[in-house]
Amino acid sequence: MGIVKLLVGAYARWIGSTPTPAQRIYFANHTSHIDTLAIWSALPRSLRRRTRPVAARDYWGSGFRRYIATRALGAVLIDRAKSDPTVDPLEPLRGALREGDSLIIFPEGTRGAGATPARFRSGLYRLAGEFPRVELIPVYLDNLHRTLPKGAALPVPMVCTVRFGAPLSLITGEDRDAFLERARDSVIALGTAAA
Amino acid sequence: MIEHLRHIPREFLWLFGSLVVLLGLASAIGAWLRSRPADEKKSASRANLVARINAWWVMVAILAVAFLAGGTMTLILFALASFFALREFITLTPSSPGDRLPLSLSFFLVLPIQYLLIGMQRYGLFVIFIPVYAFLLLPSIAALRSDIDDFLSRSAKQQWALMVTVYSLSHAPALLMLDIRGGHPGDDALLLFYLLLVVQMSDVMQYVFGKLFGKTKIAPLVSPSKTVEGFIGGGIAATLIGAAMWWITPFTPLESAAMSAVIVMMGFLGGLTLSAVKRSLGAKDWGVMIEGHGGVLDRTDSICFAAPMFFHIVRFFYT
Repeated sequence: MGIVKLLVGAYARWIGSTPTPAQRIYFANHTSHIDTLAIWSALPRSLRRRTRPVAARDYWGSGFRRYIATRALGAVLIDRAKSDPTVDPLEPLRGALREGDSLIIFPEGTRGAGATPARFRSGLYRLAGEFPRVELIPVYLDNLHRTLPKGAALPVPMVCTVRFGAPLSLITGEDRDAFLERARDSVIALGTAAA
Repeated sequence: MIEHLRHIPREFLWLFGSLVVLLGLASAIGAWLRSRPADEKKSASRANLVARINAWWVMVAILAVAFLAGGTMTLILFALASFFALREFITLTPSSPGDRLPLSLSFFLVLPIQYLLIGMQRYGLFVIFIPVYAFLLLPSIAALRSDIDDFLSRSAKQQWALMVTVYSLSHAPALLMLDIRGGHPGDDALLLFYLLLVVQMSDVMQYVFGKLFGKTKIAPLVSPSKTVEGFIGGGIAATLIGAAMWWITPFTPLESAAMSAVIVMMGFLGGLTLSAVKRSLGAKDWGVMIEGHGGVLDRTDSICFAAPMFFHIVRFFYT
């Protein structure tokens, strides 16, 4: 945590929402390994305990990484590869939401290369439909793709801000692609908002 | 630790005591101002004043801890300030993939070595390490990666970043290396304190005089808040304060006035020049770290220019 603050600052900017204990799904652009930690350390201490990042099981699911992810961060592991076709990979996320926890998800599913996020996967849409009471908060992380991009070994410290936007909700009758496009646009819009 | 505390000159306690009293007074005035009715613009400017005073409290507290804990702690503190200032500079500097390694090395190798050299009292290497070794080797790494778009402009900006935020700033704690002729242990710590006090007083006084009498802007495009009236009034006030502090330094009152005038002048030029640098990188503040003050570099820009000049003048005439 201290190291993350030292490297990137992770200053929180609440634009259109406030840090309250409401149950939420934070969805963000994904550009670096420290994204999760940056969002987590931008949240007030009181919210961190009930806010669980979602991490890929194929990467974080074993050994030391698993220990860090699940013990220190309380991460929910998601099976990206769908190794068992009979189990819905979203099931662990539903479990966490039913228990009342908030989630941090990266709907691109993988780390992107630049400042603009890739197309969003459909999980966000399905969760939004099943849990209408949970607030969906767009989050934009700036500069992190310059700090520790995909494939880089050493970080370059940069000042990063974590911008939390206004909650988004599913409009009745809105189809999947329209919603996902709107969600993605809300993240991009935060990126162009003034720091 | 206790043994070390005994060596702290009495002047120190007096100085910090008076600073605390002054700040207490400033806070009281701030609280009084805020309780009075005001229109929106006034109340915003008062809120800014209170935020500035609060940031001052934090800075004085950190300095007090560093001075009381001794030289190593002071070095660590300045190294951290350099780290944050460099981070702000690099954030605003466009970079390409080939710069990643030289940039990482700037933070994790060049910066620690520069401060380590002060700690090891290696004056010779300390003054050439960044201007020679870092200057030649870091761009070579980028060149080896054959990333040539905008090469000169990129590496020039990165060298500027290192020179200002690490090399120049490190000359302030480097005062601790000096053996003042006929001095006592602890004298060089007082010199560092003197430098910081005059620089900061000059900033504050120029701000105050500028707010009160400022009309003629010196360089409106670079820094709208700098005025002729503010600079002259604030500069003279800070020089007088500096002259009145001669008793904590090896200088006579007149020499102390001259030293303060140099510090004021360099501090002013530092603020102006780094403001021009900042604007050519397309920003208004260097960062967001200190509430009411912008970034670390917004607060240390004048020290960055005043410290090397002060260091070398003292070294030439008084050691």
